[in-house]
Amino acid sequence: MRNLPAQNANTPGQATSKVGAELQHEAATLHVSGAARYIDDIPVPASCLHGAVGMSTIASGRIKRLDLSRVRQSPGVQAVLTLQDIPGHRDIGPVFPGDPLLLDEGGVVQFHGQALFAVAADTVTEARQAARLAEVEYENTESNLDIRHGLQEEQLVRPSHTQSRGNAKAAIEASPRRLHGEFSSGGQEHMYLEGQVSLCIPTEDNGMMVYSSTQHPSEGQKLVAEVLGIPLHRVTVEVRRMGGGFGGKETHANQWACLAALLAWKAGCAIKLRLGRVDDFVGTGKRHPFHTEFTVGFDDSGLIQGVEMDLAGGCGYSPDLSDAIVDRAMFHADNAYYLPAARITGHRVKTNAVSNTAFRGFGGPQGMLATEAMIERIARAVGEDSLTVRQRNFYSAEDGRDSTHYGQKIEQHIIPSLVERLVGTSDYWGRRAEIQEYNRQSPVLKRGLALTPAKFGISFTVQHLNQAGALIHIYTDGSIQLNHGGTEMGQGLYTKVAQVVAHAFQVDIERIACTATRTDKVPNTSPTAASSGSDLNGMAALDAAEIIKKRLVDFAGNHFGAEPGDVCFIDNQVHVGQERYSFAEFIQLAYMNRISLSATGYYRTPEIHYNRDTASGRPFFYFANGAAVAEVLIDTLTGEYRMIRADICQDVGESLNPAIDIGQIEGGFIQGAGWLTTEELVWGEDGRLQTNSAASYKIPAIGDTPGDFRVELLPDSPNREATIFHSKAVGEPPLMLGIAVWSALGDAVASLSDYRESAQLNAPATPEQVFMACRSMRERN
Amino acid sequence: MVKFVLQDRVHRVEGADPGMTVLDYLRERLARTGTKEGCAAGDCGACTVVVASLAHPETDGAEPGLRYHAINSCITPLGSLQGKQLITVEDLQQGDALHPVQQCMVDQHGSQCGFCTPGFVMSMFAHRKTAQSADRNAICDALGGNLCRCTGYRPIIDAATAMFEGSTQDQFTHTEPHTLALLAQLTIDEPENTPGYDQPASVDQLAAILEQHPQATLVAGGTDLYLQVTQSLQRFDHLVDISDVAELSTVRQEGDILDIGAAAPYSDIRAPLVANFPSLGELLDRLGSLQIRNRGTIGGNIANASPIADMPPALIALGATMRLRCGENTRDVMLEDFYTAYRRTILQPGEFIERIRIPLLAAEESLWTYKLSKRWEDDISATCAAIYLRLEDGIVADTRIAFGGMAEIPRRAPASENALIGTSWNEANVRIAAEKLTEDFHPISDFRASADYRLSASQNLLLRCYLESSNAGTPIRMHLHA
Ligand SMILES: Cc1cc2nc3c(=O)[nH]c(=O)nc-3n(C[C@H](O)[C@H](O)[C@H](O)COP(=O)(O)OP(=O)(O)OC[C@H]3O[C@@H](n4cnc5c(N)ncnc54)[C@H](O)[C@@H]3O)c2cc1C
Ligand code: FES
Ligand code: FES
Repeated sequence: MRNLPAQNANTPGQATSKVGAELQHEAATLHVSGAARYIDDIPVPASCLHGAVGMSTIASGRIKRLDLSRVRQSPGVQAVLTLQDIPGHRDIGPVFPGDPLLLDEGGVVQFHGQALFAVAADTVTEARQAARLAEVEYENTESNLDIRHGLQEEQLVRPSHTQSRGNAKAAIEASPRRLHGEFSSGGQEHMYLEGQVSLCIPTEDNGMMVYSSTQHPSEGQKLVAEVLGIPLHRVTVEVRRMGGGFGGKETHANQWACLAALLAWKAGCAIKLRLGRVDDFVGTGKRHPFHTEFTVGFDDSGLIQGVEMDLAGGCGYSPDLSDAIVDRAMFHADNAYYLPAARITGHRVKTNAVSNTAFRGFGGPQGMLATEAMIERIARAVGEDSLTVRQRNFYSAEDGRDSTHYGQKIEQHIIPSLVERLVGTSDYWGRRAEIQEYNRQSPVLKRGLALTPAKFGISFTVQHLNQAGALIHIYTDGSIQLNHGGTEMGQGLYTKVAQVVAHAFQVDIERIACTATRTDKVPNTSPTAASSGSDLNGMAALDAAEIIKKRLVDFAGNHFGAEPGDVCFIDNQVHVGQERYSFAEFIQLAYMNRISLSATGYYRTPEIHYNRDTASGRPFFYFANGAAVAEVLIDTLTGEYRMIRADICQDVGESLNPAIDIGQIEGGFIQGAGWLTTEELVWGEDGRLQTNSAASYKIPAIGDTPGDFRVELLPDSPNREATIFHSKAVGEPPLMLGIAVWSALGDAVASLSDYRESAQLNAPATPEQVFMACRSMRERN
Repeated sequence: MVKFVLQDRVHRVEGADPGMTVLDYLRERLARTGTKEGCAAGDCGACTVVVASLAHPETDGAEPGLRYHAINSCITPLGSLQGKQLITVEDLQQGDALHPVQQCMVDQHGSQCGFCTPGFVMSMFAHRKTAQSADRNAICDALGGNLCRCTGYRPIIDAATAMFEGSTQDQFTHTEPHTLALLAQLTIDEPENTPGYDQPASVDQLAAILEQHPQATLVAGGTDLYLQVTQSLQRFDHLVDISDVAELSTVRQEGDILDIGAAAPYSDIRAPLVANFPSLGELLDRLGSLQIRNRGTIGGNIANASPIADMPPALIALGATMRLRCGENTRDVMLEDFYTAYRRTILQPGEFIERIRIPLLAAEESLWTYKLSKRWEDDISATCAAIYLRLEDGIVADTRIAFGGMAEIPRRAPASENALIGTSWNEANVRIAAEKLTEDFHPISDFRASADYRLSASQNLLLRCYLESSNAGTPIRMHLHA
């Protein structure tokens, strides 16, 4: 550079945009103005074609004949891709094989909607029309969608696994009281508003530029390279933002990126492949449905003595991430409760459904929910309010009731006091009395109330994923470009990491530009998942910032003879002793003196370890804690209901950005409530997903948000672990607070038995399910 | 050629099929990608745009000026913009200055992933233009057709509340005279019909076109028909768009009959319907979303012949008739005689529904309607009940009980009705009548509900009707706005 830029961008003055400030989402202005670009909004090369995928119309069987001649002849079609065309790998299983990219004659169909071939045409509609024209003959085989049946037949995608402590069976047998129960919870469609989409542009060196709406660009890069049979360095994956992910774009973005890349390779031009909403519903995995059986022994006060629990997750047809997901369900089968003796077994049941995958909580919610269902039943059995029984069973420092069934010590007992606080702020007991009175007076409408806690373990349980990289450039006008391996899907990760860097340099946030996540900027990244985004990437970015700061401080030492302690970054300035330089001035000075203004940062989570063979260790760096109180009103004639009020207290440590954290909590809670109420996935006898669009699958709408909705961040609760500014992860944990809504519905139903019996209410508790639970309760009482 | 106002100018659609969706036109032809596609089926609201049109004080009783409607661009034919102003999210920001509605969303942290945001902003903009003050229920009605998977809605409700604090004045207020002049000019200009897309200006024209082309497809709001375009990827060779036939949108009272044009969108007929049949208020508020109700018509609902349409049960219970027209000929039929089998009606080729005529209620008559669905807002009925009662001295002198979702067509429940007629209106008799529903209906199980639930809950709806009619004290029912 010959001339340095003018420094008029410098605005010394207090830098306000720091850690802990309620800053807007970095792209808020772009969002509201429609200028924020998602993959489908990127201007495409003139020659760009559009892709579509041909899918199976049976759930199980062999393809006898696959005739694509009508597809090829369909108007506008430029290329057709079959299994045989794929030059490299044909299986894109992320951890274990089992996910064929396409199927050919002789291939075995394992779910209704499985991809058979792909087509590229001039327009989206032409491509989609063509994709429906395949003539396929199948040899049908029997399909199974039932978890229990699959378990009976030992149809598993991965071996079962057990975590145990003590002799659970003996403890149960020795208990004064015992209960055996079953519980099932349904799956959940992610229903990210932006569907799966990928744009691939071939590069001059036989490589591929991939724009993909993905939570895991590095895995996308690897798989695209593998299916093309080229080295990873020829493939770049970029994602600036997703229109929602929730886990649904962790592994399930890969297939569409791979198919787009293969079509682009075959057609020799850019390809955009965007799934229509129905194809997205049918062709991508969901939250695992679970069926759980438990036997629990407890005393007359409801104190648990021993538990045996079998958690069976419906994995769909392939392993995908199910090993870790069912593990996480098992890790959370204790939720916040001490299980003196426990035997927790997880089964990964194969079904003829799309392969189920990550979804906010990653199995944790399913494990927790089963346990909360168990606690509800214990409480009714001993005739106590479920809150009292919950509190009795909390982990505590006393009597050694502080280690989990997998041997991790609970170092900090946050839940008991957090719950105590929430009981007070929500006036739980006052309202409990009032509700009982109301229910006595009201023959048809009944109110229900419940408080449920959630303790959620933070870290990937697959250890090597707990690492992250970042890249910071400072330019000669003092502006900073920030890049890291985390992806932005609405959770505010870019904003938080930018705050970390602004804090490190003590500059305004406006000085920092967040750039798209790209595999050629920061390589070998982990998925943005497991709530780890800001924990990992914030630390990596801080590391990069500290490296540059150290260079600058050293430079000041050499240049001005200053002691390191005399150099400080304050309010968009650099102070060297008595001298003050604007940040840009100082950066220019450093540049002129040939100081590197770019650095990569790196972080790996310390202290975690877990031995799966012994099922013990410290898989989690720390726990995020929270609790919610939900109040509902139900109509016992029809099963209709409303959530009237919700009170939440969530422990986010020292919040990096309270506004963003509250947004995560509210959004997670409502999403969890949706999972357990109106979001019902229904498959037909033929294995076809019937609730395959937003018309038939009902996520919460605006009126489902309670009129009275109070969210508090637990004050004065910095993370004891050395996380980024002692904050805590917040992405997934609040989803599990939605369990309070399900429990409150059950509580309202239980009022029909004068609270002697617990409601027979599985999840999702649709109005129909609530109606049925009311009816059976009335019949028994 | 389709002409509409875009950004203060008349925009001429060239080289595009008027039957294509507004969304595709915006994104693919105009590179206006701020408007998003989330579902292409009217369910998510990500594609919401606003259409401003001239008020018709003579017919719709509105104040003269512009009326702003949020619509789903993904299922709206481009041709229907003829003579209107289209406002998309790109039009709100001026230079660096956000529109007040946008600024409120930013200030309240109303966006996370941002994909739903342009749609919300447009629904909020239309609401700001039509509502006088902030009211939570009205906000939920206005935004019930916009899904957000990230925020849990609380900050959006706060933003929609806060937007009422500022002035109503914005760039659209300033350019209103100009816009009105442009629109008036477009209205005077005879629309130049594009082959394959007719836009008749009068009922006579419509009748003539259909007589000549009995195979042509009628499109009113398109909220049913366009799912065939975006989901079944069907193409219609000849569309006849009746959304701008003024005579078909009128509502008038003739003696003891309320007479409604078949192409009147729900938003326009809510007031007169509710004034006469209060129980239709909540039913209408739960029919689709505001975007759907701004386009969807009562005639389309009937003609589409879906067993789960929400208007037919109420109209059958009220004894409504329809005027059907084919060429110069008209015939009047009872709505209950309109459906012959699953998705089949008595409509002949070239024939259309011109008007719906509803007898008003006398003092001793009443109507009760109930809709059950998984979600309160914007969901399709699992079962929908409508009960007409004529009580004389506590005796059921007459009743018509009609259900949707319980059979292959919307229809009455004769056994149940017969059990009631002539008996005292009391719980015991209502329970007997409810029992009779098992003779009237053998509903199916599907993803919306099991047969058991459909039947049992429907029986309870009769009971609810009794309890509501007789019990003024304890609330026995929840409402849309709890
Ligand atoms: C998201 C969404 C939610 C919905 N929710 C509901 C709901 O809650 N309840 C409900 O009942 N419906 C619902 N619908 C269905 C639909 O909105 C209504 O049925 C609406 O009234 C249809 O009217 P339209 O003018 O849009 O019909 P169009 O789509 O224009 O037409 C439908 C059919 O009727 C024919 N037709 C239209 N007008 C006439 C006429 N005058 N004479 C003869 N034939 C005619 C058309 O040719 C076409 O075959 C929903 C639809 C969507 C997309
Ligand atoms: S895209 Fe979902 S409503 Fe139009
Ligand atoms: S902000 Fe993501 S869907 Fe609303």
